[in-house]
Amino acid sequence: MFTLVGWARARSATSFTEDMMTETEIAASEQRRDELPRLRFEHLSMVFPDGTHALDDVSFTVHAGEFVTVVGPSGCGKSTLLRIASGLTPHTSGRCEVDRDSIGYVFQDATLLPWRTVQRNVELNAELQGVPKAERRAKAAEAIELVNLVGHEDKYPKQLSGGMKMRCSLARSLVLNPAIFLFDEPFGALDEITRERLNSEVLDLFQRERFAGLFITHSVSEAVFLSTRVLVMSQRPGRIIDDITVPFPYPRDHDLRYGAEFGQIAARVSHGLAEAHA
Amino acid sequence: MTDQATSPAEELDEVGPATPAAQVVDATMTHGPKRKRIRWGDVAPPLILFGFIVGVWYLISYQFMNEQRRSVALPPPHVVIDEGLLVWEENQGIRPILEAMLVTGRVALMGLFIATVLGMAIAIIMNLSRGMERAVFPYAVVVQTLPILALVPIITLWFGYGLKSRLIATVLIAIFPVITNTFFGLMSADRQHHDLFTLNKASRMTRLWKMELPGAMPAIFTGLRIAAGGAVIGAIVGDFFFRRGEIGIGRLIDNYAKDLRTPELFVAAIVSSLFGILIFVLVGMLSERVLRNWHDSAGRET
Repeated sequence: MFTLVGWARARSATSFTEDMMTETEIAASEQRRDELPRLRFEHLSMVFPDGTHALDDVSFTVHAGEFVTVVGPSGCGKSTLLRIASGLTPHTSGRCEVDRDSIGYVFQDATLLPWRTVQRNVELNAELQGVPKAERRAKAAEAIELVNLVGHEDKYPKQLSGGMKMRCSLARSLVLNPAIFLFDEPFGALDEITRERLNSEVLDLFQRERFAGLFITHSVSEAVFLSTRVLVMSQRPGRIIDDITVPFPYPRDHDLRYGAEFGQIAARVSHGLAEAHA
Repeated sequence: MTDQATSPAEELDEVGPATPAAQVVDATMTHGPKRKRIRWGDVAPPLILFGFIVGVWYLISYQFMNEQRRSVALPPPHVVIDEGLLVWEENQGIRPILEAMLVTGRVALMGLFIATVLGMAIAIIMNLSRGMERAVFPYAVVVQTLPILALVPIITLWFGYGLKSRLIATVLIAIFPVITNTFFGLMSADRQHHDLFTLNKASRMTRLWKMELPGAMPAIFTGLRIAAGGAVIGAIVGDFFFRRGEIGIGRLIDNYAKDLRTPELFVAAIVSSLFGILIFVLVGMLSERVLRNWHDSAGRET
């Protein structure tokens, strides 16, 4: 099913944008994504070989259509959660269920290869996974359009701003149509305005591509603005100490941040964080 | 002058192994504000300094030396030009100097080439195998500090006075900066880049070819620049030890010093310096060409 949708997109990318996918293709894609939980942690614990107790009995599930954000103090093991989910770090006890072939991972830094152009950086994941040249070209072109980098394909990373590099990094993951996206504090190094703009762009992609999201951040406002659910994590060893549902429908407008209800939810997350530090 | 100098470079850019995309970037780079124009303000100071040095040369030569010492220790510039640079005889003037430079230059270039290929290969093997790294690395560091020219008589003993011995001496000097810089370049690959390749289930060779090696190119060129200097010095100084066989520039310099043929001695010193500068500049240009845009030169697509 994945390959079929992928092929259809690759084909459509040369002449149409994604809006032009046929009804059946969209239905097929939706059905695929709504079948199962995308990621499930059960009683997950992590003790590093040096004895650092990073995670303690963490259980939660990210379903299709959900965007879950984990906030917590520095060094509480938030990033370890993503490394375990992606298989980069093996966990010590509990269970982690996820389809490892369908993960998009967005790192703290853009991690672009500086000797490759935007186009060839975006192609990288597909290239490493053996997608034929013509197909990955087309998919990369489509992803570049989705992240608004059209016209910059032939630039090198050193010619891009921080926000553009991050967009390029997003596009690189989008190419493989992952069912779940793992974001490891991707916008932490960006200025406030760029960060808010990229938040909106991520939400656009979330609605359009219908991936599930697991997002790590320090920023309370970013967490509430993006998510369907915010999880607050304690200091090390990390546990989930609050689970807050964010009821706002998508698409979300930038001004949502200044509403009273948003403020209440943000306050609860902040209080949770203060408790976590205690 | 400026236009003549830049136009062949532009042509080179376009016949290079560039994708159409890269050509666009290259073109904008050469036509953009980066294009160099020779400005009087840039050229005048070194010219004035050059004139000053020549002046001091004349001053010392004529004011502080009697006629006998002058002809031996510091003949004035016009004598160096008249008796050295402008003489074209079988065994006099610049002709034997250039011939000897050709001998030594060939050794330096071949040695540099061998050192580059072999040094990079050794560094790559060290990078692929922890065992090899542990075995080789201490020597790679220590041997850099050894006076390798002291080993030349032993090399001569084993391999004779021919090209082989001269190459071995040159390679020994030039190879270690290549090994250590390539190795450090490969090792300094970003941890997140490694994670990225792990997530995509890249093989060890793919990792090397598409990430570590291209990422190491700046360090490799740093090593090459050091190696180039070492190769030239090694080849010239090595000549002193190779008392038989073809005459290299080092041995010629030695002979001129013994025979008190000072003008020719000066010309030989200048010619060998110019050769060193030439190689250094060539390596620098190659480095600039490869790294300018961070072209994907090391990992062509399959």
